[in-house]
Amino acid sequence: MSKPKVGVFGMTGCGGCQLELLNFEDLLLDLVGAVDLVHFTEAITEYSDDYDIALVEGAITTEHCVERIEKIGSIAKIVVAMGSCAVSGGLNCMKNLYGLEKAKDLVYGDKKDWIDSIEVKPVEAYIKVDYHVRGCPINRAEIIDVVRSLIVGRKPEIPNYPVCVECKRNGNTCVYELGKTCAGPVTRAGCDSRCPNSAEGCFGCRGPVDDPNMNAQKDLLAERGLSVEDMLADLNLYNACRGKAIEQK
Amino acid sequence: MADNINVEISPLSRVEGHGDLILNVRDKKIEKLIFRIPESPRFFEAMLVGKNWDKPSHITSRICGICSVAHTHASIKATEDALGVVPNDTIVKLRRLIMHHETVQSNVLHVYFLAAPDFLGVGSVVPLVETHPEVVNIALRLKKMANDMVRIVGGRAVHPIRTVVGGFTKLPTEEEMYQMKDMLKSTYADLEASVGVFKTLELPAFERETEYISLSNEEEYTHYDGIVKSTDGWEIDPGDYLDRINEKVVQHSTAKHCWASRDSFMVGALSRFNNNHGQLTGKAKEYAQELGLIAPCYNTYMNNIAQFVEVVQSIDDSIKLIDELLEEGMDDSKAMVEVEPKAGRGVGIVEAPRGLLIHDYTYDSNGKIEKANLIIPTGMNYINMEADMNAIVPGIIDKTEDEIRLACEMMIRAYDPCISCSTHFLNVELVNK
Repeated sequence: MSKPKVGVFGMTGCGGCQLELLNFEDLLLDLVGAVDLVHFTEAITEYSDDYDIALVEGAITTEHCVERIEKIGSIAKIVVAMGSCAVSGGLNCMKNLYGLEKAKDLVYGDKKDWIDSIEVKPVEAYIKVDYHVRGCPINRAEIIDVVRSLIVGRKPEIPNYPVCVECKRNGNTCVYELGKTCAGPVTRAGCDSRCPNSAEGCFGCRGPVDDPNMNAQKDLLAERGLSVEDMLADLNLYNACRGKAIEQK
Repeated sequence: MADNINVEISPLSRVEGHGDLILNVRDKKIEKLIFRIPESPRFFEAMLVGKNWDKPSHITSRICGICSVAHTHASIKATEDALGVVPNDTIVKLRRLIMHHETVQSNVLHVYFLAAPDFLGVGSVVPLVETHPEVVNIALRLKKMANDMVRIVGGRAVHPIRTVVGGFTKLPTEEEMYQMKDMLKSTYADLEASVGVFKTLELPAFERETEYISLSNEEEYTHYDGIVKSTDGWEIDPGDYLDRINEKVVQHSTAKHCWASRDSFMVGALSRFNNNHGQLTGKAKEYAQELGLIAPCYNTYMNNIAQFVEVVQSIDDSIKLIDELLEEGMDDSKAMVEVEPKAGRGVGIVEAPRGLLIHDYTYDSNGKIEKANLIIPTGMNYINMEADMNAIVPGIIDKTEDEIRLACEMMIRAYDPCISCSTHFLNVELVNK
């Protein structure tokens, strides 16, 4: 079997998920051996328009991004959206929430017409995405599993249960006991509950499970004297693009 | 040799983010030299408006994956300055510790993986694995050590979780402190071996004196706290940065360019070294001399060597910090200090791996942000990068197009530009003044 040709691409984001690939450390050389890495601007000079698998980081926020992602969609056989920005628009969506024109005014003033910036959307709004690797940033164990699965032709397993399952398994004190809000009960697991492990509430960077139990979440907030608004302030950090969908559930 | 050259490097690789370089030479004269940055604008200053005081450090961390610890701390310091929060000694020492290891993470990534392939004559880190496996393995071990340090102190290698306004949500255990000390001590053989490799590198002999600006602190080679100091002879408190550091919108450019005492200035490892070389200790001081890094140094390419020297300094200082923390005792009651929202303005300045990083927030009485200003190191270096290229190209104009292209790429790369960070950068065109 010939090695799959892999391209890594950055749209609008912080580069942190690409950095997590470089942070494979002891596995980095194995990865370089197992695939033919043909495009990865952050790390190598070589570039190519011939690849089987595209790992895409970042949200689509400019006309230039739209052109690039459509080209990637036309070449790659498998597209993996990597990280919150690519999966849901992520933190960039707060720009939509603030208002695109207002944001341009605030930051660029009378030069705002020179700015290429459009409403933030996830990769899937433009091309077919085969796998979503969630999180801000991605979880190393999960992306390693996905890349490994794609190399051997297996379907990667993506959890569809809430962060609370992992958090309980890790034996953490519930962060509600510490007086903080936490989106863990409605957020998709797969991060090994890394924020609650550090006594910090979950901000829902991985987005909701397929069928979140919003009523139980509301009851939990009410019990603790916390408001839905407190919770939305957290959830809107990473989920502003789908905020309305969550509110309607 | 052709008298007319058109070099277009797009995208410039092995830098963080997107950048293009366009250089046109006609009759052996530079007609056009543009370092263009088409990175998408992010609008963080808009995203921050209205946010509660506990959110900005999490949000601005996402400006840049590579500098996420620096953004987190510039943000925390700005908020604490505005709200009048004073962290205790344990908190400050742990912050210094985690800042050191973002410096190590980032400097190692840049020096060994992104810059060294040029000096060792290979295209990138992939062929480097074949030609210089020992260099790659040293780098991987150092990076893993630094990532593990950030993971232990911050809860995660990229975008730390535990370090927040008021302190830490959780402290490392005593066992973890000893574990970190062992990890740090295990790096010395690799550092020694690296000196052997770096001594053989031939860096271009290029000098252009400029203004070098960094934080400075009499007690240590600082990344976390201090006054702002310039080699042009001035010093200011962080809160007064607007008195010296200016931003302007340039014609034909939407990038906000920065200047201080003269047309351009440089920030980053070389600036820190030029201002703070007196605070280097032990092995770092020794290796700097061995590698020919002598202050004042005006060779931009030596920024790579300064980054390596800082790796050594950070490792030395980390062991000292851990010893002090263990001596004083890691008591959970020291993890956080009280935070009360109030109205006010605060400025937080740290040294990101790439240089001075400024966060400036104004809060209302409910602890919500009214206004935010962020000034990013790559933004400060921008004019200086072009000035360096304008200075180097005439001297190498008789070389081949490929050689000129490589020299310019190496020059930009020497700054270790972090373009994702550049909140105001896009479609920059700079025509000769």
